[in-house]
This record gives sequence, C-alpha cells and structure tokens, in this order.
Amino acid sequence: MDPPASLLDEALNLSENSNLERRVVLIEDCVETSGAFVLHHLLKHFLSSSSDSVVIFIAFAQPFFQYDRLLRRLGCNLVVQRENKRLIFFDMLMLECPDDGVESGLTALYGNIYKAVEVNSVNKNVTIMIDDVSLLEVAANGSTKDVLNFMHYCHTLTNQFDCTIITVLHEDIYSSEDVFSLPLQMEYLADITIKTEPLLTGLAADVHGQLTVLNKGTTHGLGSLKSKIRNFRYKVMENSVDYFLPGSRS
Amino acid sequence: MFYLRKLIISEHLRGLLAYMAATKAPATKERKSSFSRNFSAPPESSVPGLKKGLNGTIFLSSGIPDLDEILGGGFHLGSLVMIMEDTEAPHHMLLLRNFMSQGLVHNQPVLYASPSKNPRDFLGTLPSILVSKDDKSRKTDSEPDLRIAWQYKKYHGENKPHFEEQDGKAEYCNDFDLKKPIEKHLIMENRVECVSLLDCPSLAGLRDSCSKFLSQIPRYDGKLTSAGRIAIQSFCAPQCEYYDKEWDMLSFIRSLKSMVRTSNAVAFLTFPASLVSSSVSKRLQHMADTLLSVKAIPDEDKELASLLTGYQDMLGLLSVQKVARFNTQVPVILDATTFSIKLQKRRSLVLECLNQAPVDGSSGSSYGTSGSCSGSSKTGALDF
Repeated sequence: MDPPASLLDEALNLSENSNLERRVVLIEDCVETSGAFVLHHLLKHFLSSSSDSVVIFIAFAQPFFQYDRLLRRLGCNLVVQRENKRLIFFDMLMLECPDDGVESGLTALYGNIYKAVEVNSVNKNVTIMIDDVSLLEVAANGSTKDVLNFMHYCHTLTNQFDCTIITVLHEDIYSSEDVFSLPLQMEYLADITIKTEPLLTGLAADVHGQLTVLNKGTTHGLGSLKSKIRNFRYKVMENSVDYFLPGSRS
Repeated sequence: MFYLRKLIISEHLRGLLAYMAATKAPATKERKSSFSRNFSAPPESSVPGLKKGLNGTIFLSSGIPDLDEILGGGFHLGSLVMIMEDTEAPHHMLLLRNFMSQGLVHNQPVLYASPSKNPRDFLGTLPSILVSKDDKSRKTDSEPDLRIAWQYKKYHGENKPHFEEQDGKAEYCNDFDLKKPIEKHLIMENRVECVSLLDCPSLAGLRDSCSKFLSQIPRYDGKLTSAGRIAIQSFCAPQCEYYDKEWDMLSFIRSLKSMVRTSNAVAFLTFPASLVSSSVSKRLQHMADTLLSVKAIPDEDKELASLLTGYQDMLGLLSVQKVARFNTQVPVILDATTFSIKLQKRRSLVLECLNQAPVDGSSGSSYGTSGSCSGSSKTGALDF
C-alpha cells in the first residue's frame, strides 16, 4: 500500500495492521452514485492484507465473474483467493424465498454463514460482506422484519467471533417511508456509515460524488466515545479511486 | 456531371445489394469473438448486429443510431435496460419499436410481452428499414456524417467509424422508417414470441417463458453466434393482475436480471414510474443496468419554446439516467443527459442535444445584450 493513506482509509482507520475488527460498516448509496466501489476497495483491502483474513461474500447484485473482472483491475485475483480459501463466495442471485418460507430461507443462509465463520474464525479475521441488503429484502419478499432479524443474527457474530460486517444499502429507496425504516435500523447497528451522494451541482467528469464517513468511534478506549464525521469528494478510476477534499483541486 | 451521378447511383446499389446479401444469410459468417479481456480476435464484429465495446463487452444496437452513440455503442449484451415512461404519452413505444425491428433485421429471436390482449398485433406496427433514394449517406459509407445537422458534427465525429458499413456485412444499426411497416417475411422467418401480460396473473408464467426463451439462445462458448432480445412493454401497468403485488414484480425483475446477465440477450423493459410507489420505482431504477426516461413536451409551452432552438420539431425529451458499467467500476458521465427526440423527414428517429436559443436582446435580462457571452452553444444545460 502506498505510504500516504487515502482519505477513505484514514477516515476508516484502515491500515495494514488494523482491520476493523468487530466493526459493522454500512455503505449507503443512491441511484446516481453507486457505492459499489467502496465495497470493491474494502474487499481488495481484506484479501490483499498480509494478515490471515477470510472474506465471506454474499452476492445479491452481481455474479462472481463480474466481481472477478472488477477486482482483477484493482490487482486482486478472486479466483486464486477462492482457491486459497480466503474468499468464500455465496452466489445468492437466484435466492428466492416463497411466501411461507422466508424465515426458513434466511435461516438456511444464516446457517451457512455461521458454519463458514465458525470454521474460519480460528486465528483469522473473518469479514462478512453483503453487497445489497435492498435486494436481500426483495429476495425475502419484502419482509423487513425477517431481514432485520437476519442482520441482528449476523451482528451477534461480530462479538462471538470478532468478525467484521460490511453491507450495502440503497438509501434513496426508503426516503419516502417514515416510521419503521430499514436504513434507520441499519444505521443503528452500524459503527461506521459511509454515504455516497451526488454533488448538489450534479455529476461531473472530474468529481463523481461525495462521501460522508461517520465513524462512531471505538468503545474500548476508556469509555471515550468520539464520533468523527469526514466529508470528501471522490473520482472513480479504473484501478483506483481518487479522494480529495473540496477545493483542494484546481 | 452525368457520369458522377451514375457513379453515386451505382455505389448506392452496391451498398443495397451488399446489405441484402447480408440479411439473407447472416449466420454463414462466424468468426471468433470473445467475452474475455484478451483482444486476440479481430476487432470487427463477426455477427451482424453485435459489436465489441470497451472492457471486453459486446454491444447490441438499440435501433436508433443516435442512442447507440450516446450510450457509447449500444446496449451491453446481458444488460437490463429500463425506460421510465411518460404516462401521458407513448414515446417509449418509439424506442421499443426500433429496438424490436432492429432485432428482426438482424435475425435475432425476440420475445415481446405487453399488457394488450393480442400482443402479436403490435408486430404489424414495427417500422421497416429506411430506404430512401435521396438519403444515400447511410447506405453507402461515403459520408455518414451528413445525416446529423452539421453543427453537431464535432460532438459525434469520433465514434463514426463504428457505423460504417463493411463490405458484405449488414450494418450494425439501421435507420428505421416509422411510416412504413416492417416486411412480413422478417416476422415470419424469425422466432418471435408474444406474451400477453394479462394472461400472467402471478408472473410465474412470464418468468418461465423468459427463461425458456433465453435457454434456446445458444450459449456463449468461445464464439458468439447470436443474441436475443426481450422486450416488455409497460411492465407495471395497472390493468395487470399482479399490479398490487409489488414484491412479486420486484422479484421477477431481479430474477430476469440475473437470467439475462448470464445469457446472450438484452432485456428491454418499459414501466410507468409514476404509477408505482416511489420506493418500488427507486428499487427498479437501482436494478436497471441502463436507465432512460422519456417525456413528452407540452404543445404550447412558451417559456420552453423561447429557450430552445428547434422546439417546434421536438417530439419529446429523452434523459439518460444511468449507463451500464460492465467490467468496470468507473461511472459513465455524459456531457449532456437530456436529448430531444425528433423525426427526420417525418420518418426516422433522431436524438439531438438540446441547444439553447440565442438570447433575445429585448428580453431585458442582464446579459442579454452581450451576444458573445452566450454565443457558445450550451448543450445540455437544461436538465429536467
């Protein structure tokens, strides 16, 4: 990794040694600005870091070959990683839960995740990535309650096995709903929320949007709970992402 | 002079003959093309109607040459294209017709679903290829730029070579004559399946027909032979029985997307965004790989008329909300996202950038008098 950490890594406290253990990261995006690049970045980070980390990837949005091609450009070969058992890929594109079997469908998925975590958690960092919670909701036939239960169950794994959870949610879907909304619940669960938005002035070729990173801080440091908000712009490129502060570019 | 005209005519004829030969027997020419990133295969497309794009993707024409250019080559093979309809105007039908006609011209199997009782009747309204005697620019590859108004040449100049006809090969994208119905034999010879959405109370039937349709398209195995097109009109129309089952609709789209993704086909789907709840509409927009929206323009909008040049000729507006990004994480940012839909010679569909009308000096705006300030054409400054 290059010596000056990018603004995103800095905001996440992400480095060679610290791997977001026990944290829950939520990526929120909208139609105009997809947040997938953050997920790609994190996936690459976890797979390429020297420490023994295992990623359990639950794919709802894209098939494996798409991620493989994308990550190859970032310098990470998913096929090799899968063979090395550092990546466990669950292809959930065709997961369907019939009306009466939502619970059993999600329970089965959770069971698989649990097994995978249990096997790999010995002396290793396990990261669970869900690439589209909104599509998980569709797969669960719109049963938000079951999705939330599922997320809570996954959440318990962070304490039990010291693993990290990273999820993507399309936040603009829910903006009209008010009382009991998935984003609020997910934000409550999350320690770090990363939000991508278009600029107010629209999209441009040089600035693809802005990121807001809300880091709720760690609790284990003498009870001092300091949350940090960082805001910066980004430009996505083929093999990297350029982060910069507003006004820092001519 | 006489000699020259003769030459042009003969050239025109040759182009026509070449075109006819190619449409008659398109499958005879098979050459290697590849999904993967190595570009060892020759760059030209081996199958008429398919074209290689960046990042090892393959394009399929939308049936509107200008739209192909805007999207950087056409629709990605394996993508889900969604059009948000204007509920008060049938502009999405224009796009749908051209999309289907282009498929038939290239002998690609087509699945069409619509909420009408007899969807097969719709095939009679598909446009046929534009063959006009004076419009030689398209057929012979002499000067393809002529078709677009000259002042737009600088915007469209770069991608032009793609559209040139190569000897003996059918064109990648044709102009269609909206006034002339498509030749019967194209419908008879090709595999065209029609499904009425009214007959699908639960969408399970539609899903089965889609998966059956896709399974019959030869899979990609080293060389590409053909591609299919799925066209679904007004998917969320209220007259369909499944209209109130939001989650069924969403899960159908989700499975359609994943089915299409692994096959050689493009799904083209229009839906009335204002008739479904905003969260469903947003979900659908998220699922779309390429997202467009069409809008009619009111007849007597004085304000808009004074703002845009060529307002009288406009049929409507097309906005590009999202362009598919396959095999890359870089978003496609277009110079302009809103285009005007126009009919050229009352026959063929063209898309043009919006052009701001010269500011009227008497309008009294502060910079109205200094013509040089606003003299440079501001394309796409208006975003609706």
